[in-house]
Amino acid sequence: MARTLFEKIWDAHVIRDLGDGWALLHIDRHLLHDLSGPPALDEIARRGLAVCNPGLVFATPDHAVSSRPGRDAKSFELGGYLYDMLKSRSQAAHIRFFDLGQEGQGIVHVMGPELGLVLPGVTLICGDSHTCTNGGLGALAFGVGQSESAHALATQTLRQKKPKLMRVRFEGAIGQGVTPKDLILHLIGSLGAAAGSGYAIEYAGSAIRAMPVEGRLTICNLSVELGAKYGLVAPDEKTFAFLEGRRFTPQGASFNEAVASWRELFSDDDARFDREEVIDVGSISPTVTWGTSPEQVIPIDGVVPDPAAASDPEERKTRQAALDYMGLEAGRPIAGTKIDWVFIGSCTNSRITDLREAAALARGHHVARGVTAWVVPGSETVKRQAEAEGLDHIFRSAGFEWREPGCSLCVAANGESVPSGARAVSTSNRNFVGRQGSGARTHLASPAMAAAAAIMGELTDVRRI
Amino acid sequence: MQAFTSVSGAAAPLMLSNVDTDVIIRIERLTSGADLGHFAFEALRYLPDGTPDPECVLNEPRFSGAPILLAGRNFGCGSSREGAVTALMGMGVRCVIAPGFGDIFFANSFRNGLLPVVLAEEIVERLAAQSRDGNFTVDLQSQTVEAPSGEQVAFSVDKLQRDGLLEGLDDIGLTLKSSADIHAWQMADRVHRPWVWQTER
Repeated sequence: MARTLFEKIWDAHVIRDLGDGWALLHIDRHLLHDLSGPPALDEIARRGLAVCNPGLVFATPDHAVSSRPGRDAKSFELGGYLYDMLKSRSQAAHIRFFDLGQEGQGIVHVMGPELGLVLPGVTLICGDSHTCTNGGLGALAFGVGQSESAHALATQTLRQKKPKLMRVRFEGAIGQGVTPKDLILHLIGSLGAAAGSGYAIEYAGSAIRAMPVEGRLTICNLSVELGAKYGLVAPDEKTFAFLEGRRFTPQGASFNEAVASWRELFSDDDARFDREEVIDVGSISPTVTWGTSPEQVIPIDGVVPDPAAASDPEERKTRQAALDYMGLEAGRPIAGTKIDWVFIGSCTNSRITDLREAAALARGHHVARGVTAWVVPGSETVKRQAEAEGLDHIFRSAGFEWREPGCSLCVAANGESVPSGARAVSTSNRNFVGRQGSGARTHLASPAMAAAAAIMGELTDVRRI
Repeated sequence: MQAFTSVSGAAAPLMLSNVDTDVIIRIERLTSGADLGHFAFEALRYLPDGTPDPECVLNEPRFSGAPILLAGRNFGCGSSREGAVTALMGMGVRCVIAPGFGDIFFANSFRNGLLPVVLAEEIVERLAAQSRDGNFTVDLQSQTVEAPSGEQVAFSVDKLQRDGLLEGLDDIGLTLKSSADIHAWQMADRVHRPWVWQTER
């Protein structure tokens, strides 16, 4: 019977059928970070249980560590406490811990792919909703809460209900100045932030096939902002080339054997999806959010929408509240809106390709007066690579702060935040109320758009620079 | 885990779309050991100076400690933080009724004894319109919501999740009973996909 990519991976991991679409699934990879890792490890310790397969679990601090240049584990005191807990509990359980300053430390969803811990066809979880990022390599990857994380630590399995399946085909050639971030923001704006609820989303089409792996990771990253727990892309030659030679990627004959099995991971021609969408990428402009939900997006040459235009009263109220919070006026062009902060980083857009994209714009320019602009590489490896390429120098010369790897201003759980009332352009994934700091106003955008905004001091169409 | 059979009491109407888990509980409240119930929905419930916002529906005296929350589309979207569920329960909420939920929040709810009920949007709106008329009852055994008007609305919860909640079952304990199956699956997988297991580098 014809099967989708998702079904092939799901079926291969069912240990027991629990009925009504539920299954006991094997979990091949489990990532722990400093916020959700310690409580999950504590929970199983409290029950007197051991970690089932510590060799399949990997830990690194990212959420609560300072990104200040020259930082150490204690630069943010509370983060230091979480760091100590993650490190001591991981080591006690024989879980590999990637420490600060070591290759491997970084945002979990950046370090996982870069180390080759994430492989096509594996199941992977983390106590983090952006675990869907890792589906960009053809893995079945999803976020869980700490209770499910504890369950997986103790049993190497999870009880899961098979989701419905959606395929989104991005077709055509993308325009100049348009990036994977713009494609996925456009999609969320078109379908709404709840469209993916209950679904796993497979991204396909000519634009995805032409896209480097890093871009696919960005697309999959924002699946959860579309409401979906899972996003994935069928692995192909680009995927195999990306993985070959990485630290935990199988080597030699084992790699060839793995690739042979990974070549089977695609949706069959007549496989059935519960929902299909086709997006013409040629029509997509650089895109930014105007509100406090990732579905509240407009092209950079658009105007702030009028809440009164919404037919539904709940929707009108929600949009008006977003406008009030963001301090924007309906009907005004979004381009030209003055900004105070720029954040280039996060599991969405902190990979080497993202930093190159931003640096290409920053080169020879300077951050506008009054704007604070940070670049936070996603991992120690990204940081070293960027420094080897001289990107740090380009950023510093242009007036950006070049910082240490971690989640930083995306989640504001490390003592770093955007001040109340300040307007930030951020390459992260959530423009929620208070996400980047109490009262902070966030516009999500691509790395190129964020760099352009930093230089101009206002939201700017990157195509005009 | 706390079992859930039924709950009766006030139902607070928070009819906004896409209320995310950052809004339900800010991340630094989770890491600072704060009273999560006090800080639930802080951006909505409190003014910048920390005093309760009289305009916020959740601050109406009749909804203080309400065990039921009526919510808009996509409630609990965003971050996987399980503290969002704990924070709601800290406010006294045991059941949230909404047209839809964030998938991870939905799963986390069942792990903590909070019942998420999915009903069509027009029904949730109809219930919200009665929220000042009296008490509601949500019964998981019969899978019904009874409104102050006496109207009974049926909902459905997967049997596996319903049984877990009704009996306060421990999932880890249940799965550990399948340890032999898990072990056998892993032994076969080590042969079938050896590269998955080669992590000593």
